[in-house]
Amino acid sequence: MTIKQLKQKSLLYRKKILEYILMAKAGHTGGSLSCVDILNVLYNEVLNVSPANFNSADRDRYIQSKGHSVEALYVVLSDRGFFPESDLETLCRHKSHYIGHPTKKVNGIEQNTGALGHGLPISVGVALAAKMDKRSYHTYTLLGDGELPEGSNWEAALIAAHHRLDNLCVIIDKNDLQITGPTHEVCNTDPLGDKWDAFGWAVTEVNGNNVEALKKAFENLPVGQGKPSVMIAHTTKGKGVSYMENQVKWHHRVPTEQEYTLAMQEIENALIDLEDE
Amino acid sequence: MQLASQDKNIIVVTSDSRGSGKLTSFGESFPNQIVEVGIAEQNLVGVAAGLASCGKKVFAISPACFLTARSLEQIKNDVAYSDNPVNVIGISAGVSYGALGSTHHSLHDFAALRAIHNITIVAPADNFETEEATKLAASTGRPVYLRLGKKAMPLLKPINQDTFEFGKGRLIRDGKDLAIIATGETVYPSLQAAALLEKGNIMTAVISMHTIKPLDKTLLASISRKCKAIMTVEEHSVNGGLGEACASFLLEHQFAKPFKIIGIPDEDTVTGSQQEILNHYGITETGLASAGKKLLKDFRSTV
Repeated sequence: MTIKQLKQKSLLYRKKILEYILMAKAGHTGGSLSCVDILNVLYNEVLNVSPANFNSADRDRYIQSKGHSVEALYVVLSDRGFFPESDLETLCRHKSHYIGHPTKKVNGIEQNTGALGHGLPISVGVALAAKMDKRSYHTYTLLGDGELPEGSNWEAALIAAHHRLDNLCVIIDKNDLQITGPTHEVCNTDPLGDKWDAFGWAVTEVNGNNVEALKKAFENLPVGQGKPSVMIAHTTKGKGVSYMENQVKWHHRVPTEQEYTLAMQEIENALIDLEDE
Repeated sequence: MQLASQDKNIIVVTSDSRGSGKLTSFGESFPNQIVEVGIAEQNLVGVAAGLASCGKKVFAISPACFLTARSLEQIKNDVAYSDNPVNVIGISAGVSYGALGSTHHSLHDFAALRAIHNITIVAPADNFETEEATKLAASTGRPVYLRLGKKAMPLLKPINQDTFEFGKGRLIRDGKDLAIIATGETVYPSLQAAALLEKGNIMTAVISMHTIKPLDKTLLASISRKCKAIMTVEEHSVNGGLGEACASFLLEHQFAKPFKIIGIPDEDTVTGSQQEILNHYGITETGLASAGKKLLKDFRSTV
């Protein structure tokens, strides 16, 4: 995919995220908008995974630890053909599999997540299995910066470095906002790169809302030989809708019809601008 | 070890628990089939779930007290809810660690895990049951919790042709007066108590209810039809374990009988060795025999 096409995808995904959150009257709006560029590049450029090979032992694995940003994942998976987009009309409805956190009942999803601090330990197990079986697949897991105080992350970080899991990549969606307020005010995790470096990981930093930069960063994995990689993706929560950007209240607020229309106009304009580029 | 030598997909995950898990020689014989995660039980279960999702037959081994408390959320979400077929092996369960104190006792594990959907809960009583349960666990492809004690237990039946299935209790001895339904290390003293009671003409049936969930309801119903009173025994809190599981089934199915739950009472557990603790709470040959006799006597005095 060209960079322009990737940019278009991101904008279209943003529209759909808002559309289905509005329809469901539920969802994690800000976080889905902050991480959707990462998911776009992963699923369209990086991961060797498709509906056709999803049962293959050699597929790449993506495990979303920050499960609450599931709307972004649903939109990307449906675009990749894992399920019909119309399924998303049941989002958060009674008896729907499309609930507010990822579950394996939805085609394309690897693990049931949602409780924070679980994605990395599971990913370490998946990456270890690849080493044991001499398989070449890679394992990626997306963590929010707000979930980093969960101790299980650091338990897993230690053992991943100990086992030299260079087939494992953590992406941190560092939007510096969580439900209470700015992450550095709730529980400061900076300097974040130094911490992962001290735990034996190879660290890279990237603009997590820039598909071109993300694509390059993924191409350069692993960051260090014999070390697991961590990609600190600097993002903006609510990215792409100016009145949502960097606003803590949009963590899981659902837009009103009026706000929705405003957001759609802004994204439409961005699409037009992109055409002119 | 025999299983591991035949199946390279069998993986043991341990959190610095090789010594207490008697895994040192396993690690030496199968260095490629053991994963050490350090003292980090949450990670132990999460990593085990990841391995299991890739087709490994995983045994996640750690003391029951830590495994089923500190990593309860990982058992709930990463194993049971995600349906990753990990065999969660809680060792030195109950009050096996005796004088090490309450930090090291697991008297909550049945209660905590019974409320979680999609995990079989098994507490073998002797080497026969442990071996059979381990073989089954390796082959079920489902989440299993195996609760193991520390002490070497005598065989319940020196020779047997019993089949062993999860969810099917074993009738170790038959009787028509009192039924003792026990699990894990408490089955053997129950059997001793039954022999003692028989000398006083109280015919006592003993069941090894190795599977706490799913409970063997057929066996419970049939023993309850046959016997006058029922006593349950477990090295677990009296709250939420085998006893309450049996009680709720029996009461809901109109099998109201004189009934007694023997376990560790809801109090600051007495200190001492495992045996001293069990003696204190009457989980012994004589303690169980007198509790059984009393249950029947109280029953007779009310009719």
